[in-house]
Amino acid sequence: MKLNTTNTPSLFRKKESLKSIFRFNTIIFLVVTSLLLSLQSCNKKAESPKEEEKPISELSIYNLPSKWTTQDGKDIEMKDMKGKVLVMVMIYTSCKAACPRLVADMRNIESRIPKKIKDNVKFVLVSIDPEVDTPKRLKSFAIENKMESDQWVFLRSTEENTREFAAVLAVNYKKIDPVDFSHSNIISVFNAEGELAYQQEGLGLNSDETISKITEEAGKLK
Amino acid sequence: MFKRKIVLSLFLLLIATSLWAQGAKMVTIERGTFVPLYGATNKTPVEVKSFYIDVYPVTNAEFQAFLKKYPENTRSKMKGIFADKSYLSHWESDFNYGKGNLSNAPVTNISWFAAKKYCECQGGRLPTMDEWEYVAMADEKRIDARTKESFNKYIMSWYEKPNTYANPVGETFKNYWGVYDMHGLVWEWTSDFNSIFLSGESRKDKDSDKNLFCGSASVNATDLMNYAAFMRYAFRGSLKARYTTKNLGFRCAKDKITVSKTNLKSKK
Repeated sequence: MKLNTTNTPSLFRKKESLKSIFRFNTIIFLVVTSLLLSLQSCNKKAESPKEEEKPISELSIYNLPSKWTTQDGKDIEMKDMKGKVLVMVMIYTSCKAACPRLVADMRNIESRIPKKIKDNVKFVLVSIDPEVDTPKRLKSFAIENKMESDQWVFLRSTEENTREFAAVLAVNYKKIDPVDFSHSNIISVFNAEGELAYQQEGLGLNSDETISKITEEAGKLK
Repeated sequence: MFKRKIVLSLFLLLIATSLWAQGAKMVTIERGTFVPLYGATNKTPVEVKSFYIDVYPVTNAEFQAFLKKYPENTRSKMKGIFADKSYLSHWESDFNYGKGNLSNAPVTNISWFAAKKYCECQGGRLPTMDEWEYVAMADEKRIDARTKESFNKYIMSWYEKPNTYANPVGETFKNYWGVYDMHGLVWEWTSDFNSIFLSGESRKDKDSDKNLFCGSASVNATDLMNYAAFMRYAFRGSLKARYTTKNLGFRCAKDKITVSKTNLKSKK
């Protein structure tokens, strides 16, 4: 608008037509961008999964499109772990109360899995505190807790993706002060298709059933 | 002339698309603090930042329009992990809510995933539990009417009333913020519904339970208020994200984009 007022009156007619062309272009631009934006706003979920040999089952966590980062700073999606039996738990690394016991339970389970099927199993710890639990922090947590072998995967994502993933696992959590969270103590077992096969609720259980379920599911795989 | 017409029509189209993109009518909720029944440690007030919220819950007609655009969310296409079997089960078919349901009745039998997706597609999100409760504590005149006996009695009487979900939106009272139907129509999803602990898992939220069940013998306004809120939290605590029930709907919220200081400075 400022530009126009500085123009001389003799250029008035030209200016008018220029103005309308200018306006025309801007409007087209605006319409196109707004359309693009509105389409983009929620299409992140509509991305059609790549055609693979076998379609993802209805109840599979591999339907979730969310992106995650591992303790090694690698970006992955849940479906990148397809084909493995997953043992999953949600924790946060600054936790002093329940998580050390949950982590201990995970380690206990891992140590009791028969050697020959171990390659078919991944143990996944998902952070409910992505702000604090950076990949670096997850890495040092893995080292401190001697969870460095390939079986162990630590994941973090956005707060929203974490909330959604918790909803899938039926894990409830809430930040109760600047450092701590309340959270459900649930260890979930997923089969190679990403379907929930078993959940162990509570702390310090003997995990026998969990282990037999993992063994059963992993045994189905070659 | 011709060009002008094009410009004009494009301009109208732009307005139409922007209106459509915004979706339902929203109002501004000003920032404030309050002490919710759950979620505040040691009764420290929780801060709610200014945000927008839908004036009404999302209706059958609105959800139908959404499904036409995003058919992967219809009854027959919806993946089992995102909604249970009763998802939209009261509708006549995939794209038709049918004659048995009012177009302007709140859409129910909706899972958390479906509700979340709908709001994302309108450029919004589900309100958080704190935001929802903050809006819901207002009556017609006051921001916080929770200690008012008649307000609590109104809420409690709704809890006893069956089948209110079949009513049209906007027939209950308009609250302080200009929002309808926070009480009296349907229960509503919140983004962090899965942050409640009523099963003894949590360490710090327990007190309020005890107070409710083992509290003093007389029932006063505070007890009523707590009971009304407790019902909502208990209901949320019982939900899973894929659950759908006929008395559970939702509305959307949106962040309020505040002009940052750097922006202001550069304008100077």
